[in-house]
Amino acid sequence: MSQSTPKKRLVIIGNGMAPGRMLDHLFGEEPDAFDVTIFNAEPRVNYDRIMLSPVLSGEKRYEDIIIHNDDWYTDHGITLHRGKRVEKIDRAAKRVTALDGTTADYDALVIATGSSPFIIPVPGHDLPGVLTYRDLDDVEQMLKIAEGGGHAVVIGGGLLGLEAAAGLKMQGMEVTVVHLAPTLMERQLDEAAGHLLKQELLRRGINVMTGANTKEILGTEEVGGVRLEDGTVIPARMVCMAVGIRPSAGLAKEAGLDVERGIVVDDNMRTSDPSIFALGECAQHRGQCYGLVAPLYEMAKVVAAQLCRRCDQSYGGSVTATKLKVTGVDLYSAGDFAEGEGREEIVFRDAAKGVYKRLVLEDNRIVGAVMYGDTGDGPWFFQQLKDKADISDMRDTLIFGPAFAGGAALDPMAAVAALPDEMEICGCNGVCKGQITGAIVKKGLSSVDDVRAHTKASASCGTCTGLVEQLLAMTLGDAFDASAVKPVCGCTDFGHDEVRRVIVAQELKSMQAVMQALEWKTSCGCAKCRPALNYYLLCAWPGEYVDDGQSRFINERVHANIQKDGTYSVVPRMWGGMTTAAELRAIADVVDKYQIPTVKCTGGSRIDMLGVKKEDLPSVWADLNAAGLVSGHAYAKGLRTVKSCVGTDWCRFGTQDSTGLAVKLEKFLWGSWTPHKVKLGVSGCPRNCAEATCKDIGVVCVDSGYEIHFAGAAGMHVKGTEVLCTVGTEEEAIEYIGALMQMYREQAWYLDRLYKWADKVGLDYIRDTLMNDGDARRGYFDRFVYSQQFMQTDPWAERAAGKDAHEFTALEPALRLEVV
Amino acid sequence: MSNDQPLWTDVCALEDIPRRGARVVKTQSGCVALFRSVDDGVFALDDRCPHKGGPLSQGIVHDRSVTCPLHNWVFSLETGEAKGADTGIVQTYPAEVRAGRVHLDLRRLAAKVA
Repeated sequence: MSQSTPKKRLVIIGNGMAPGRMLDHLFGEEPDAFDVTIFNAEPRVNYDRIMLSPVLSGEKRYEDIIIHNDDWYTDHGITLHRGKRVEKIDRAAKRVTALDGTTADYDALVIATGSSPFIIPVPGHDLPGVLTYRDLDDVEQMLKIAEGGGHAVVIGGGLLGLEAAAGLKMQGMEVTVVHLAPTLMERQLDEAAGHLLKQELLRRGINVMTGANTKEILGTEEVGGVRLEDGTVIPARMVCMAVGIRPSAGLAKEAGLDVERGIVVDDNMRTSDPSIFALGECAQHRGQCYGLVAPLYEMAKVVAAQLCRRCDQSYGGSVTATKLKVTGVDLYSAGDFAEGEGREEIVFRDAAKGVYKRLVLEDNRIVGAVMYGDTGDGPWFFQQLKDKADISDMRDTLIFGPAFAGGAALDPMAAVAALPDEMEICGCNGVCKGQITGAIVKKGLSSVDDVRAHTKASASCGTCTGLVEQLLAMTLGDAFDASAVKPVCGCTDFGHDEVRRVIVAQELKSMQAVMQALEWKTSCGCAKCRPALNYYLLCAWPGEYVDDGQSRFINERVHANIQKDGTYSVVPRMWGGMTTAAELRAIADVVDKYQIPTVKCTGGSRIDMLGVKKEDLPSVWADLNAAGLVSGHAYAKGLRTVKSCVGTDWCRFGTQDSTGLAVKLEKFLWGSWTPHKVKLGVSGCPRNCAEATCKDIGVVCVDSGYEIHFAGAAGMHVKGTEVLCTVGTEEEAIEYIGALMQMYREQAWYLDRLYKWADKVGLDYIRDTLMNDGDARRGYFDRFVYSQQFMQTDPWAERAAGKDAHEFTALEPALRLEVV
Repeated sequence: MSNDQPLWTDVCALEDIPRRGARVVKTQSGCVALFRSVDDGVFALDDRCPHKGGPLSQGIVHDRSVTCPLHNWVFSLETGEAKGADTGIVQTYPAEVRAGRVHLDLRRLAAKVA
């Protein structure tokens, strides 16, 4: 056996996105060349810092933004020192030492200490409640404070500040943005775009004060408010400072490296000590420091190449583009848009649509681009800018983007084909065109989901999904057909509609029969198709088809919500949101008896008991049943809640008995299984306290009767409802809603919310059927009523009585596991 | 008797595990999930997804695979390996059905404890 050369020792200070990407490149090229040791001041693995905003707004969780999980570190033999801050670099001995005394010797050292947020040293800046917006700890603190509601002031109207403001607003706080410059994001946007952005934020209920200078943060024990230069006082429970960042270069400076604003590096990313590299936000290259992800990724590639002793890559600086990650606000900015001699501009403005685009040209080349409202062409403009492409030939139509630039409408496919391989397609995950097309060919990928799984492109914010589809089409040619029927899953070639049709047409009444008839490719399906088939059969053959528990997700199998630690949460039904002292007492007793750690109110105004052990579930249910409480189906692809306000019973403004109608509707609809969860709201007047206009089905009571709404949602997508019709009586309202439910039950694809189904079949079709075809409406209603007679049994009572007992007890054969 | 010899121990009847389902065996060092496939194969794996520690016994069983209930990772019941684009492996233990009774290799489980 040959003696292998000893591995070189690579030490990295910092565990952010840049060194993570650098290691990806390094392991891709030379997986065994280095023993890697990482020191990380944060006690975490590598996560996607640019996705902190979706975490703050509640659209993503920490788990969703991890880039490299524990396994990755293990698999690559990386020594990760979590929560250890390096305090000394001994360049002579080539050794770093952490605060706790841990040391590591290196052959090559990479400093990736990032940057720290700038804090304006106004009086009160050190009060509890004054936060920065930099890492997950900040986000967690903000979320904690936001739980209590109230006012928040965000100082700084730049990219980070606005994302923080939008996130805090979505968490239910009143938010004021205080910004020193006269317009928002003045480094990225011109005045006009800054103005449009301000209007949009105001529309969302975020206060914006520009030209405002913070003088003092008020409070003694904790933050109470902010006083501006002009004397204005804004109350605040939290102040978030997002006024800029400065490179963390202190450690490098103490080690005697050249440091100006950041750690000075050459085009090879080497510092003044050739065995030490600096990478990311702490580095200063040709006088520039960068705070956006794309340049950091370019640097990462160069450092990896240098470590592999390849000198074919060097860093030449970056032109950067910016996208605001606030859901629903489309804003893109790249390059330099300042006015200047010899500069011209092309502006497109459609005030009614809220679209604004501006290109700044110099010598027939794009040097700056700002887009608001419609940013689809942003990356293309950015590429033209980076390429310094001469645009004189297409100047007349340039502002309309690649589809039209050049005179005649260009085939969009040709535009995608013309993009160079290095063109970044997915900004969130830093994936370029060549990586995507390469993976499609090498790994035989055929769908957007495949590309997501293998390259992570379009796996984060998803705005590049269209581009990924085009790349698939371009690479696969005729083999890719985006409009083709999407199969239910890999077990079949048939789509949902076809499967549903065949079940009814051929009277298939068991899962085996469906799989036989449609030539399923697997013996018993998978976790995607089995739940779908189980639902389709249940819906088609009420009272006949026997539900298959093993084809249900665990929540529906045991009628409780699985939590991240494997315990469950239990939510009793509260009809229309009403409860009594006896019910509350029973809940309190159960909480005490089973030592349930958390009790909280849900968004649907019910009580959630979290952290129940699985084996306790049947007795918890038995106790709740004894007090008259039944399962709230809070876990179900079925009817969940009917939220209500107090209506005419108590409210000065209520026009109808909204609580009464909510209770009637819930008693009528409960127990029904549906393609996805269904939530209702009934508001007693147009003030809409029950928030009926973002529910799957809503009722807004008006003087003349009941306005029925549908196709709203407040989940991953927030959607206001559409009006179905206004009816005069409660009976009519119940009939229309029952018919709508059944129509959705019979037609939608499994896991499509009601609004998605409505989008697919068309709102007019639904209105037309329910409003103009009385026979059809009554047919749907009657089928719903018929189906309900088999559905309305309390699943808790069944299980408390012993159904599926095997689910709740572990096997205890008293295994003696002493080593024999 | 050599230490490599399996030490088969009766755990439960095959019928105690639902077809396309699982039961949990509690051991001193954590839970082991016993799965029964549609064709009555029985498999023993650690009841812990390598991704986020999800209880695999609560997942949906299909063919000779299980889908984790927390984030839908799919594992082979035979090898314990993650399928698709995910990577990771779950510890498996020898399990056999003899005359309608499920047997586990006590020695391998003991190694888990050690």
